[in-house]
Formats: sequence, structure tokens, C-alpha cells
Amino acid sequence: MTIFGVALLALCTLVGAVLGDVLGAALHVKANVGGVGIAMILLIAGRLQLQRRGRLAPDLKLGIEFWGALYIPIVVAMAATQNVVQAVGSGPLVAIAAVLTVIVCFIAVAVISRIAGPAESMDEIEARERGAPLSVAAD
Amino acid sequence: MGQMIAHALQANALLAAFAFVGLVMAVSALVSRYLTFGRIHGSAIAIMIGLALAYAGGVATHGKNGVADLPLLAGMGLMGGAMLRDFAIVATAFEVDVDKARQAGLIGAVALGFGTLLPFVVGVMVALAFGYRDAVSLTTIGAGAITYIVGPVTGAALGADSAVMALSIATGVFKAVLVMIGTPFVARLIGLNNPRTAMVYGGLMGTVSGVSGGLAATDRRLVPYGALTATFHTGLGCLVAPSLLYLAVRALMGS
Repeated sequence: MTIFGVALLALCTLVGAVLGDVLGAALHVKANVGGVGIAMILLIAGRLQLQRRGRLAPDLKLGIEFWGALYIPIVVAMAATQNVVQAVGSGPLVAIAAVLTVIVCFIAVAVISRIAGPAESMDEIEARERGAPLSVAAD
Repeated sequence: MGQMIAHALQANALLAAFAFVGLVMAVSALVSRYLTFGRIHGSAIAIMIGLALAYAGGVATHGKNGVADLPLLAGMGLMGGAMLRDFAIVATAFEVDVDKARQAGLIGAVALGFGTLLPFVVGVMVALAFGYRDAVSLTTIGAGAITYIVGPVTGAALGADSAVMALSIATGVFKAVLVMIGTPFVARLIGLNNPRTAMVYGGLMGTVSGVSGGLAATDRRLVPYGALTATFHTGLGCLVAPSLLYLAVRALMGS
């Protein structure tokens, strides 16, 4: 039944919220510490358990996947209800933070790949799999 | 007649919000296809439109809740509120395939670790440069540099100010757009022509929309490899940003 999926998702989210609050209290922080992340781990574990017992029915999955599919629209609604007027007053923080982040991460991609040594490129892999020279494999 | 429509919209506020966001998504899909030729993902455009609408709503009503301060769109507050947002974000973890996670292996894990830490540090430093000194705001803005989901999830968990949340979302969206546009130009420079680098790239850049858009524009065959690591990015961020990273910032800032 579809409601089982929705209920499982709700249960995981609620338990995550409680554990996040408990963790916050234990650490003397006035916050929910990692509740959403904990809930995600619970849901992944729940899925594995259901899969092993062969109980992962399509309609149960539907109850969870429907909400997963709605997450971008919900984020759009969230964005539309923020105090953007005040945020704009903070100047170019957004642009600077985003540009710097992307530059740093691009450099890190290059560095990590280089440390890991040479890798077979997509063209080479396809050429090898087809048993044909590169020029023929190009499409 | 107008009054009856207004009454129906207010009595069914959440449904009005669903219909309105559907309209925004439709417009974004058209803008994505015809104005950016698919370069910028429709979801990123939709979030930018959302932020722009929040600005317009704030100017019109002098309120703090964006379009939710308009009586006809009050339901946006419920749809975009913490409850449904956390619910939907947790649901995305259902698509995580544990066997695929093993495929990404050590290098994927290393990339994910750096992909969470580096943007966070950059975000916190920039926020510091702009005069923010409290741990909650610093963490929220730093988390936004990870992805536009991690930012507001973290901000809501820590009880951040709505303006800081808006900055955090905007930073994440702008980052995703930069990744989508910039990737084809730097692909050769960073050696992005093989599955392994694509996995490293996915773990470092994060946002699935940014990564899949950027890789699709570079080499369509690399998309699944990048998406493989990128899918774990938001989950990892939601786990460590409001916990370990916040505690670290709090320890450094002393409050």
C-alpha cells in the first residue's frame, strides 16, 4: 500500500528530527544536529531491509518517490518565501562566494585526478570495447 | 467573481501554492529550453525565479516572508516550510543505491570529503570578510556554498535568520549555474574526459543539477559517473554541516 511508503518516510523523518534534537541537547547546542542526514541514513537502511525480505512493493516505493520528485518544487517555494530584500542589501557576497567556491573545486578536481595517476579516457574505453581505432570509434 | 476566486485560493492555500509553483516550473522549463538552449537546468532557473519573486513580494508587502506575505500565496509558506522540505529531501535518499556507492570507491569518498569541506571553508571565509561573526550565520552561508539544499537545511536546523538563509540559497544556486556553464570550458584543463575524473568531479562540485548539466554539455557519456558521486553530496552535507562543521565554527568563533 502506498501509505506504507509515506508512513515509513514520515517515521524516518520524525526519528531523525528527534535524534537531531537529542544530539543537540547532548552537545549543549541549541539546534537540530544533523537530523535530516540521520533520517536519510534510516531511510536507506529501511530500503535495504525491505529489499532483503522482498517487501519492496512498487506502490510502497511510489509513496516515497512521489515526495522525492517534489523536492525541487518545494525548494522553489522555500526560495520564494525568504527575506530576499534584506539579503540583497548584503552586497556581492553571493557572487564572490560562488565564484571562489567553483574555482577552488575545479582546481581540486585537477589535483586529485593527477595524484591518482593517468586514467583511460571515454574515447579510449569505447575504442577498446569496439576493438576499433579511435578515428573509427568517433561518432 | 474576483472575490470568489480570491476566497477559493485562500481557503485552499496549499493547493494554490502547488498550482503557482507548477506555473513557475513550466515557465522555467521554457526559459531553459529556448533562452539558454538547455545549458542552464530548469530547476536552477526556477529557484532563481523563486528568489526574484521573494524580492518582489518583500518590496510589495514590506514583510519578511517573500511571496507568502501576499494573502493569495500564503500557502507558499506551508509548501516551502521546514516540514515538507525536510520530508521531500529525506525522500531523495531512497534513490541511493548502496551497491553503486561501493563502485565509486575510495577516490569518490575522498572527492566527496573535499567537495564538502572546501566550499564550506570558502563560504565561511567570504561571510567573515562581509562582517558576519556569529557561528550560525557563518555555518549557514558556508553550507549554502556546498549546495542550495544543504544551506537552508542547515540554516533551519540552527535557527538562522531568513535573510542569511536567502543568501545561503542564492550562493548555492549561483554555484550550480556556474558549474553548469563553466564545465565545458575547463573540461580539457582539468582532464575531464574519463569516468574516474567524472566521479571526482561529481563528488567535488556537488549539486546533481549542476553536475549533470555540466557533464551533459561536456560529454554526455560521463553523466552517470558524475551523478553517481554527486547524489551523495547533499546527504553528506546535510549530515555534517549542522553537526561537525557547525561545532567546529562555534569552537573557532567562541560562541
